Amino acid sequence: MRLIKPTERGLYVEPGDFYIDPWLPVERAVLTHAHADHTYRGSKNYLVSKEGERLFRTRLYNEGNIETLSYGKSTTINGVKVSFHPAGHVLGSAQIRVEYKGEVWVASGDYKLTFDPTCAQFEPVKCHAFITEATFGLPIYRWTKPEILFEEVNEWWRGNVEKGKATVIFAYSLGKAQRIMKSVDHSIGKIFTHGAVERLTRDYRETGVDLPPTKYVGEVADKKEFIGSLIIAPPSAQDTPWTRRFGAQSTGFASGWMRIRGARRRRAVDRGIILSDHADWDELLTAINATEAEQIWVTHGSIDILVRYLQSIGKDARPLETKFVGDAPETEIADGEEGD
Amino acid sequence: MKNFSDLYIALDQTNKTNEKVEAMVKYFQKASAADAAWAIYFLSGRKPRQIIPTAKLRMWAAEISQIPDWLFELSYDAVGDLGETIALLLPDTTATGSELPLAYWVENRTVPLRGLDESEQREAVAQAWNELDANERFIWNKLVTGSFRVGVSQLLVVRALAQVSGIEKEIIAHRLMGSWSPNADFYLNLLEASSEDADLSRPYPFHLAHQLDFSLEDLGDIKDWQAEWKWDGIRAQLIRRGGESFLWSRGEDLVSERFPEITTASFALPDGTVLDGEILPWKDDEVMAFAQLQRRIGRKDVGKKLLEEVPVVLLCYDLLEFGGEDFRQRELKERRAKLIEILDGLPDEARKTLIYYPAVEAKSWEELSKIRDESRSRRVEGFMLKRLASPFRVGRPRGDWWKWKIDPLTIDAVMIYAQRGTGKRASLYTDYTFAVWNNGELVPFAKAYSGLTDKEIRKVDRFVRDNTLETFGPVRSVTPKLVFELGFEGIQKSSRHKSGVAVRFPRILRWRDDKKIEDADTLDAIHQMLEAEN
Ligand SMILES: [Zn+2]
Ligand SMILES: [Zn+2]
Repeated sequence: MRLIKPTERGLYVEPGDFYIDPWLPVERAVLTHAHADHTYRGSKNYLVSKEGERLFRTRLYNEGNIETLSYGKSTTINGVKVSFHPAGHVLGSAQIRVEYKGEVWVASGDYKLTFDPTCAQFEPVKCHAFITEATFGLPIYRWTKPEILFEEVNEWWRGNVEKGKATVIFAYSLGKAQRIMKSVDHSIGKIFTHGAVERLTRDYRETGVDLPPTKYVGEVADKKEFIGSLIIAPPSAQDTPWTRRFGAQSTGFASGWMRIRGARRRRAVDRGIILSDHADWDELLTAINATEAEQIWVTHGSIDILVRYLQSIGKDARPLETKFVGDAPETEIADGEEGD
Repeated sequence: MKNFSDLYIALDQTNKTNEKVEAMVKYFQKASAADAAWAIYFLSGRKPRQIIPTAKLRMWAAEISQIPDWLFELSYDAVGDLGETIALLLPDTTATGSELPLAYWVENRTVPLRGLDESEQREAVAQAWNELDANERFIWNKLVTGSFRVGVSQLLVVRALAQVSGIEKEIIAHRLMGSWSPNADFYLNLLEASSEDADLSRPYPFHLAHQLDFSLEDLGDIKDWQAEWKWDGIRAQLIRRGGESFLWSRGEDLVSERFPEITTASFALPDGTVLDGEILPWKDDEVMAFAQLQRRIGRKDVGKKLLEEVPVVLLCYDLLEFGGEDFRQRELKERRAKLIEILDGLPDEARKTLIYYPAVEAKSWEELSKIRDESRSRRVEGFMLKRLASPFRVGRPRGDWWKWKIDPLTIDAVMIYAQRGTGKRASLYTDYTFAVWNNGELVPFAKAYSGLTDKEIRKVDRFVRDNTLETFGPVRSVTPKLVFELGFEGIQKSSRHKSGVAVRFPRILRWRDDKKIEDADTLDAIHQMLEAEN
């Protein structure tokens, strides 16, 4: 039985009559996480994780009937048992487990296994069928250990302090920005945020995530304050006049794609910081194995490659044909989260 | 090896020339003479032949990484560089970087691989990968495959070495010419303070000109002026001293080896002669398009075929030194007369390459203006106006020399296709096809590249990737959104082009991000220009 099917509105759970991360308005939506390409406005009823509630409310402009459910607790929608399990992707991100007549499916949403101090660690969930993402589904993608990576970032920041430069990191405003501010050595200097980052950081704090003090760039009157500081901004701010106020600066871009030299050069920043919200190749294989699923459905990214590889090691893997039509509005692409 | 790999990363991480020079200075200050010699060898674009065939490296890397060949190939596709793909795929080691010197890695661990049989090679390669960290593996792979390359010009290497040693740039550049072996002795000689060779190669600073920004009549009597066609090539100085020849480009790069025909011809010049001129691609008594010269510029070793296809000349303008005497303070009139006398006296073979072009004769400014209209058909950029009594000055002083360039024809056009560049820009979309409106449709009419800043190129590159409609091999069609101002030197009717016109020397003048595609020009406007031109 295909408990979860792709439709032109999004993943659909037929017996429960609800959608997972629908991109068009529906009666009932169950969301994996609050990134722009997963949380769309306009549906009537939403079920979201308790842990991500504030982020979801911000992203949905508090519209619609928003209900919450904590990790590990379950509810029933039209006879289908539904529960959320940590995906380790960003604050409140969930794998969605659905159970109907003894059949268990899990939709992973986006996930990672690497340690992240700003959200709950990924938990493998046993199931019959597992829908996995494959954003970084190539063996060239292997992440640096966070402690080594952030030591490099700290060293770079310190070097910039010595040269009297500001350090500007472009990173997605939901998740990665907070992970960076939490993981760097705050004793090096002050941390400032772009407006988009600041707003979501507030949601993190209000949810109870302990983050170091940060200040919104717009509140700074004296530009000298930026010398030696760290500024965290969304990628859309790169190459805009907004960055001029920081004076002499060294720039970095935080993304899994930065693992490849060509991608680093195209980004035209001083530093490519290999930091991703997604699973790398080894993590994908580890997560897939841990579910003990009989069937693996692959979506999002290097679908054909991961399917072919899983089949070559004897798994029943198939591409999940998505019927996504049209593009997300441009503002959301710019500040979106698609495959970083 | 670690220091060299750190240097590579530092150079790779910045586009700022000062930071590049600083990184090299830091390296040379620490490096042993032997290491420094090898570093100069690699940084200045020299490389040993490929040592191990890439097919073998691919196979071994896939085996050691325990991935199937098809997955290796797809990974290679995604990365686009073999040495990097291998470095990314190999299992992590505990190696934290090899403290062993670069010279050891090249001389003991790389070059000798050539003499080994296949199984010994595999073992040695695997052992090397095991001892190196990820960045060093990448660099070593590039050395082994003979594809090492880093974004510095020889000029920057020279600047760094001059800074380290306190020796003048010109001397270092000269000492780096020709063939040499990268070893400690070479490096020590390179930084030797003795200055016997110094004066020989040193060029004079160039005299440059401003664009004329007032009316011609204000220059006074035309009889006091010399009008020369303004050629579009590489401004250069040819030096013949002490039985040696040196060709300097205006960027103060020693280019003698790149233009061997000029160097050979210079042997016929009397000792103690310095000429100011322009390197031009020249065939059948006519200048070729600048694009042809670009084919020569990038090459250090010029093949026989290219030499035949794009021969160059030095079109001489001025005489700066004669009989070892500095001529620059003499009047242009006198210098020019002497120059022509020298060139006319050369043997025929040398006269083919060291040429001059007669000054343009006109009785009035008005007449000269008329002659200037021939610029486009002559493939020149207009006139250089030089006061006959002027000395050869330094820098760009106002008063004696003026550029009087023609305005390029311009059109606002919409980018509709983008193609990846070549060489070091192979990963960027740098070549674009532009269209103009015709009956509500965008019709392609010109292809152009260059003219944008590096930063703009990267922005356009990102735009292309985000707005691709279709992909045909290296070409992508994109959503029509970006408007550019194109300049070109002429228009001709053409039945081969869909637009019915062919433009000469199209180039991007600037990005019109203030314009919408509706604001772009129409084909009608181009046809009107065509009529006006002819
Ligand atoms: Zn996401
Ligand atoms: Zn996603």
